[in-house]
Amino acid sequence: MEAQLKTTCLHGSHISLGAKMSPFAGFDMPIQYSGIIDEHNAVRNAAGMFDVSHMGEIFVSGKDAFAFVNHVFTNDITGQKEGSVLYGMMLYPNGGTVDDILVYKEFEKDCYLLVVNASNIEKDYDWLVSNSKGYDVIIRNASEDWGQIAVQGPDSQAVLENLLSLDCCGNLLFYEFCDITYNSERLIVSRTGYTGEDGFELYSSPEAICRIWDILLKGGVKPCGLGCRDTLRFETGLPLYGDELSDEISPVMAGLSIFCKPEKQGGFIGSQSILDQKAGGVARKLVGLELSDKAIPRAGYPVLSADGNEIGVVTTGYRSISLDKSLCFALVDTAYSALDTAVQVQIRHKTFAATVVRKRFYKTKYKKQL
Amino acid sequence: MSKIVDELLYSESHEWVKVDGNVAIIGVSDFAQSEMGDITYVDMPSEGDEVTKGEDFGALESVKASSELYSPVSGTVVACNLDLENAPEQINQDPYMAWIIKVEMADKGELGSLLNAVAYKEFIEK
Repeated sequence: MEAQLKTTCLHGSHISLGAKMSPFAGFDMPIQYSGIIDEHNAVRNAAGMFDVSHMGEIFVSGKDAFAFVNHVFTNDITGQKEGSVLYGMMLYPNGGTVDDILVYKEFEKDCYLLVVNASNIEKDYDWLVSNSKGYDVIIRNASEDWGQIAVQGPDSQAVLENLLSLDCCGNLLFYEFCDITYNSERLIVSRTGYTGEDGFELYSSPEAICRIWDILLKGGVKPCGLGCRDTLRFETGLPLYGDELSDEISPVMAGLSIFCKPEKQGGFIGSQSILDQKAGGVARKLVGLELSDKAIPRAGYPVLSADGNEIGVVTTGYRSISLDKSLCFALVDTAYSALDTAVQVQIRHKTFAATVVRKRFYKTKYKKQL
Repeated sequence: MSKIVDELLYSESHEWVKVDGNVAIIGVSDFAQSEMGDITYVDMPSEGDEVTKGEDFGALESVKASSELYSPVSGTVVACNLDLENAPEQINQDPYMAWIIKVEMADKGELGSLLNAVAYKEFIEK
């Protein structure tokens, strides 16, 4: 029997806007409103907003919060400043990925917010709890208490300043946040996102998020669905858990070693595997591929060597909207992972020539200095 | 509300057929294009290829997904709408003008199993 789909606080708005809805991570979510291409271009050229209330929020607090988070998280939170965000993963001991997450160092002492993928909320919570033995921490899954909107695109700051009077956002750099009271409700404004553009993510109560959404909508900010969220993240080389990271795909395979600091004090769960994989290599690596034809590679299609042997599989692929090229991520045998290697992708009954290229197909435009 | 043209025949896989003598002109219905969203690529056969009723002869690619095209009749491809190579969005804009292939039918009797406009309307409203 199909489980009942969950809805976000903005579900009613999606329906009244006529969004095309589809199940995602157990939620009934908007895939598109005006169209994926139109929404994609709005984010690249101006601004768009996404309901990302399905994302999970897990708070870790207590005397041992620092030591515990550093134990389960691949990046190093030693010296992480209040009001800053770090990206990284939680791993199984064998190096497989539990989830890729954001860690927010709160302004309150010994308190961290972990923002996790919607599809992994329960798994992550259970993983945290099961590894917390001996640590004096409180782990709280607060996902249902929080709504979230992402406002993304070059005009994002102006939108938040003009429509919401959020003056704090101009002082934030990429991966910084402020935690304020806005119309008597707690609001976290974070200069983060999943589009490769400058932009912000706003976290507040479901009711406050609905009010903010309505103000932005009246102000003319284009609502954008998960369809273009995927095309935008893909073009800028960002992984999606389930496609480019999984219990079988480690950060080393996915080319994300930079977010793993196994040399940090005490290491983390899985750090020995990461050290071994970095030293001894991995069987398969995630690469970017560019096709010379207009045919579109899709997840699951086989990747072949130039002489026709199956050497990998496509994980995500599109006709890139911003670049007008047929591109994909693929997990391929390491021998075929060097830049400029010639391979082929099988699309239905035909094979098409492809070349290994950098995964960041489109240049990111983050706000790294004021 | 999807547009349905009265004088065409339809398959349950949402292709339309316009009969012109022994030639079947084939495209996809308004319902199909609206379900798919922005179409970005049409994978077409070549002139002279054989197609078989019920088997795929190509695919439409939207941003999000690919969707196979199934031939509503058997026969030989006598023309492909090459305009769609550079302007696949014509299928979104006017699905009943943007034909995809023309097939010289091997057996016109196969048309009998297709749906008329009334039956197709019922089919998509189910």
